[in-house]
Amino acid sequence: MRDLSFGSYFPAISFVHKMDARAKILIAVAYMVAVFLVTAFHFLGFGACLLFVLIATIAAKVPFKLVLKSIKTIIFFVVFSAVLQLFFNKSGTVVFWVITDVGLLNAGFIIARIILIVLGASLLTLTTSPVELADGIEGILYPLKWIKFPVHEFALIMSIALRFIPTLIDETDRIIKAQKARGADFESGNIFKRAKALIPVLIPLLISSFRRADELADAMDSRCYAGSKNRTKYKKMHFTLRDLLGVILVAGLIVGIVFLNNFYLLSELATIAGAL
Amino acid sequence: MSLLEVKNVSFSYEKNKTTIKGVSFSVEKGEFVAIIGHNGSGKSTLAKLLNGLLKPSGGEIIVGGYSSKDKSALFEIRKRVGMVFQNPDNQLIASIVEDDIAFGPENLGIPREEIGERIDFALRSVGMEKFRKASPERLSGGQKQRIAIAGVLALKPHILVLDESTAMLDPQGRKEIAEVVDDLRKQGVAVIAITHYMDEAVKADKILVLDRGEIAISGTPKEVFSQKERLGELGLELPLAGIIAEKLCARGVNVGGVVSETELTEALWKLL
Repeated sequence: MRDLSFGSYFPAISFVHKMDARAKILIAVAYMVAVFLVTAFHFLGFGACLLFVLIATIAAKVPFKLVLKSIKTIIFFVVFSAVLQLFFNKSGTVVFWVITDVGLLNAGFIIARIILIVLGASLLTLTTSPVELADGIEGILYPLKWIKFPVHEFALIMSIALRFIPTLIDETDRIIKAQKARGADFESGNIFKRAKALIPVLIPLLISSFRRADELADAMDSRCYAGSKNRTKYKKMHFTLRDLLGVILVAGLIVGIVFLNNFYLLSELATIAGAL
Repeated sequence: MSLLEVKNVSFSYEKNKTTIKGVSFSVEKGEFVAIIGHNGSGKSTLAKLLNGLLKPSGGEIIVGGYSSKDKSALFEIRKRVGMVFQNPDNQLIASIVEDDIAFGPENLGIPREEIGERIDFALRSVGMEKFRKASPERLSGGQKQRIAIAGVLALKPHILVLDESTAMLDPQGRKEIAEVVDDLRKQGVAVIAITHYMDEAVKADKILVLDRGEIAISGTPKEVFSQKERLGELGLELPLAGIIAEKLCARGVNVGGVVSETELTEALWKLL
């Protein structure tokens, strides 16, 4: 159950691992934008995105198997969206039963889009530890300080939440065992019965979380915590050439896709004009 | 001047019910003070008063010239009086050991390079240098508690308060913490241990026995543990060596009124 805890960091020393977490997050977001920019019928853009992920995976020294594993968890979602397209898209000509050619194309398009996005996201969590991710998000949000957004507090909340996930999972296991020892039944009955059976687990968990929070607050006070004022930071992030290269690459991807979209548009316009 | 002076301190959570009544004592450099007492005697409340987590309702606590009465001195007091609690899981705030230890120095606004040095120093003090990049989740209870101590030591406190810090640990973990405490005292850090293990208290320079918020007995371990009847009234026992010595005396092996393990071995040696 412990593996559930937010992403599955794959520790390694690689080009991508060494990159600045802020840059990686921004690149991942830009990459997703690129995937969304690819319009239907222009699958060449997807090819470019796939190439981008492949290059990143090789540079990250992450086994392909691990990256592909992320697709497994969303396979149901992919199939569901594809099936919807297949059966409910009425445009185009019927190829087989109720399935049209446009529906087929759209299904493929959606499958490619979801898979590419998940690949990119999983590559980010595989190469960036949760702590780095939290730090990276803090770094990205830093300008919001300008509008009095409590960036430091937000980041601290995130990192404490990450820190307590495994602790609370352990605690849940313990409570479930304790309730089972008292004769609680979590396995039988319909879904509502089973959900109701969880109440005796959730209430002790909630109460103990509050107690933990109290103790944590005392411990933080004892270690002179007084908010973000006059605080220094031990870990500093550095934006290096590596990150610049990544940014250039993803920018190239977006420009390429936009160009491709417009190029097709132009050529189509040209054929239409020619036909006229 | 003493490192810490508790002057006639009282405290109550609710009106008409005082938890701490007129407690006074002082702690010197490198001294080891044990505070014992049965459940509900006010031990943990007293601990929380020492670094300003609670504010005395009467009397005052003076740390390095700063008084608990002065609200702006709180930061200075906490810098000097470090506190380690019972459950290590609820004290660690980061998912990586070095990040957790950096938390205190970061709060003090110490420059980055020095924070690195302080992490080295703190980890060395608790013998956990190898675990700098580790995740606390994968450590044993004793190791986690050592990291929690390191996190406090990084603030370079003059006094370390251990509020039942060994209560949740196995014997191995308790031994680890005892070794750390010995080392710290050699470096001149005073230690105040709140405990219900008499075998820990017997190693102290001074013991305070708390009962219903008042100091019932105070003195050296020998002075305190020689009052067996009084301790019994307060719901406390002798340390193991004391019990053995007593039973030996009853059987005619005269080892005298010893209380600690070393004293007992010494006395037995002489008899051989």
